[in-house]
Amino acid sequence: MAGHSTNKTTQVLGKAYPMTEHFYDVVVVGAGGAGLRATFGLAERGLKTACISKVFPTRSHTVAAQGGISAALGNMGADDWRWHMYDTVKGSDWLGDQDAIEFMVREAIPAIIELEHYGVPFSRTVDGKIYQRPFGGMTTEYGKGIAQRTCAAADRTGHAILHTLYQQALKHSAEFFIEYFVLDLIFDQQGVCRGVIAWNLDDGTIHQFRAHMVILATGGYGRAYFSCTSAHTCTGDGNAMVLRAGLPLQDMEFVQFHPTGIYGAGCLITEGVRGEGGYLTNSVGERFMERYAPAARDLASRDVVSRSMTIEIREGRGVGKLKDHIYLHLEHLDPKIIHERLPGIAETARVFAGVDVTREPIPVIPTCHYNMGGVPTNYRTEVVTLKDGNPDHVVSGLMAIGEAACVSVHGANRLGSNSLLDLVVFGRAAANRCAEIIRPNTPHPEITLQSMDMALTRLDYFRHAKGSVLPASLRLEMQRVMQNDCGVFRTGDILQNGIEKLKESWQKLQDVRVHDRSMVWNSDLVEVLELDNLLYQAIATITSAHRRQESRGAHAREDFPKRMDDQWLKHTIVWIDDQGQAKIDFRPVHLQPLSKDVQSFPPKARVY
Amino acid sequence: MAKFTLAAHAKVQSGKDFPAQGAQKTKKIKVYRWDPETNQNPRVDSYEIDLDQCGPMVLDALIKIKNEIDPTLTFRRSCREGVCGSCAMNIDGTNTLACTKYIQDVRGDIRVYPLPHMPVVKDLVPDLKGIYQQYQSIEPWLKNNQPAPNRERLQTPEERARLDGLWECILCFSCSTSCPSYWWNGDRYLGPAVLLQAYRWIADSRDTATADRLQQLEDPFKLYRCHTIMNCTKTCPKGLNPAKAIGEIKKLQMARQL
Repeated sequence: MAGHSTNKTTQVLGKAYPMTEHFYDVVVVGAGGAGLRATFGLAERGLKTACISKVFPTRSHTVAAQGGISAALGNMGADDWRWHMYDTVKGSDWLGDQDAIEFMVREAIPAIIELEHYGVPFSRTVDGKIYQRPFGGMTTEYGKGIAQRTCAAADRTGHAILHTLYQQALKHSAEFFIEYFVLDLIFDQQGVCRGVIAWNLDDGTIHQFRAHMVILATGGYGRAYFSCTSAHTCTGDGNAMVLRAGLPLQDMEFVQFHPTGIYGAGCLITEGVRGEGGYLTNSVGERFMERYAPAARDLASRDVVSRSMTIEIREGRGVGKLKDHIYLHLEHLDPKIIHERLPGIAETARVFAGVDVTREPIPVIPTCHYNMGGVPTNYRTEVVTLKDGNPDHVVSGLMAIGEAACVSVHGANRLGSNSLLDLVVFGRAAANRCAEIIRPNTPHPEITLQSMDMALTRLDYFRHAKGSVLPASLRLEMQRVMQNDCGVFRTGDILQNGIEKLKESWQKLQDVRVHDRSMVWNSDLVEVLELDNLLYQAIATITSAHRRQESRGAHAREDFPKRMDDQWLKHTIVWIDDQGQAKIDFRPVHLQPLSKDVQSFPPKARVY
Repeated sequence: MAKFTLAAHAKVQSGKDFPAQGAQKTKKIKVYRWDPETNQNPRVDSYEIDLDQCGPMVLDALIKIKNEIDPTLTFRRSCREGVCGSCAMNIDGTNTLACTKYIQDVRGDIRVYPLPHMPVVKDLVPDLKGIYQQYQSIEPWLKNNQPAPNRERLQTPEERARLDGLWECILCFSCSTSCPSYWWNGDRYLGPAVLLQAYRWIADSRDTATADRLQQLEDPFKLYRCHTIMNCTKTCPKGLNPAKAIGEIKKLQMARQL
């Protein structure tokens, strides 16, 4: 951290932080859907693998995914992976890389069959196949009809998949380090990632994990916003580690607001509700989505629905005392359907909104939900950066998967049910790629300890921080800036204002006060480290949003309302230095698919 | 009546008081505290919360305490919507999830303790390693001795419906840690959460290892320490019925003997 000499800290380290060393072929950071799929894939391939997670695997936020996982299985009518690919490209507003998207939608089919064989309790059709429901933006024949492509386990698909993946990891005797908080990546002088440094919360000890490959599966950073569907633990720690290592993040301005978070509590209500026939109304009882998306209506893409709802509220047609939210109706649905296919949201609506969904509508509002941006990778999950004019330079020793990664399969806007798919397809791909390039039990080279010292300096600095700012109040300040200045609609002036405020927040973080000085389960310190991580990403997000002077997917600039392909059909990449200063550059979008089995989908107007 | 005395270092002492200044509507939260890095006894700290400035759930109150009053208070939490199982604890004498327990549903002061009869790591954080090992011991994954088909294994909606009420378990262990049998024999009795999961695989039409699974459970401790006390079912924050699942396993064991 700024203002701290390495010498002094090294002295502190020598005395106070003895270190345990571990040697693995591969280290996976994070035990959500992507991390677990990678972990047992690696174990299966005979690579010595450690999976490190700050929470027990089944507490990961994958557990909260509701609606389903997409694949063109064709169980409910004709389907084709090319249609799925077109929908995903269109959903991404053409910012998605078409090689990676082709890879994902083709792999989807065997990946879902594999999940079923692992034991996922999918809901079933009358003839015993996996049940598939309609979802936003999922169509047949390149936009002509509505597809039933989203495989569901009632409305708890994430729970079903996450638990099954953990069970498979147990079956393969994968090695876990649970409730270890990873502090930072370890790089050598040549810029090769050599491992991670972690803090065991259970006994307060420090651990060095050496590996030939580190796979980041650390999820998104929804907690940078005030109102989000994300868990408290969604702080994007891996993204921040990448920034601290001097590498860029990509497309950080693209933040998805889910149309239906519960008003007030922020808890997610799945798009599957609309897939099963639910709809939105405004204060005059109008099904307003018919005006904004005449064909797809309530099943338009999430960015489109969230903007439409925000406009309705702004124009005075919101519901409730303050006219500041929208109603989601499912009281017209057969209670049997609700019981069978939507039991989880019926419970959530009862507990968090006091609503009986068979009788009354749910109050909802667009809520921060998913980060399309993250660590740039190619479709093999290897981390890439722009170096010496090469936009696809591979960073040795580092991979990223899941929400932490920006492959990019979701581009400027992710389609619902493509996220669980992303996890399993790229989790598997990472394991396969590692098996190709790493020989089991390869010896580890000697390295200097510089980046480990930096990680421990940061830990020690915050552990003993005795400034005047309460971390929770600073976190709230940052969350409000992101919510108010970098939300569904954005303008240049307000974004600039937000950037200035976040600069102040960055300064305040240097004057923070930590009360708990212990090492065992010091959650006060964990939260400050997470806040530091969030702040890096908040600055990356708002700066990228300010720079992109067009509207595309989830990034809606009121001062630049049109998509401008000639100037902006490119990925934003952003570096943050140790003073919180952002630097921006760009990478081209991969418009060519991976194979000759499908043609490139050239950009065109995006209408639902 | 028999009396017993706790060891001197285990006696819970009364701790600090944190009053709410200038609040109209308040609630007192009495929280169990223990820090392994000090040599002090456990204590109960009292925090007064301004209810007009707090969310509706007990978890909201705990987060408010941590954010504004005492950042050293330690507890697990993640999803805040009752699906991840992190924040299971003993609230007002009952094991449940702090994130779905309404403050207003508790009359008087709210007493908050860690899940009972588990080793405590710190404050409200119990050590769950042993129970996770028990979960692994039942081999909770699909076993099928036929080669996998190219497509999904077929399962009728009726067969699939038999898994309802079983697979939704979030492994919060509110049930196991409410069971007196598990308190006394937690080292050898598997407890309701793990037995519910054992039955989830026995009940799955795609699993062909039922006989093996039942054989593994045929043990005076693993299964038969369940005495149908029913605390598990009463306390489950997800409304599941582990006692019924255990009953089903016992019935299948009986059928095997006949």
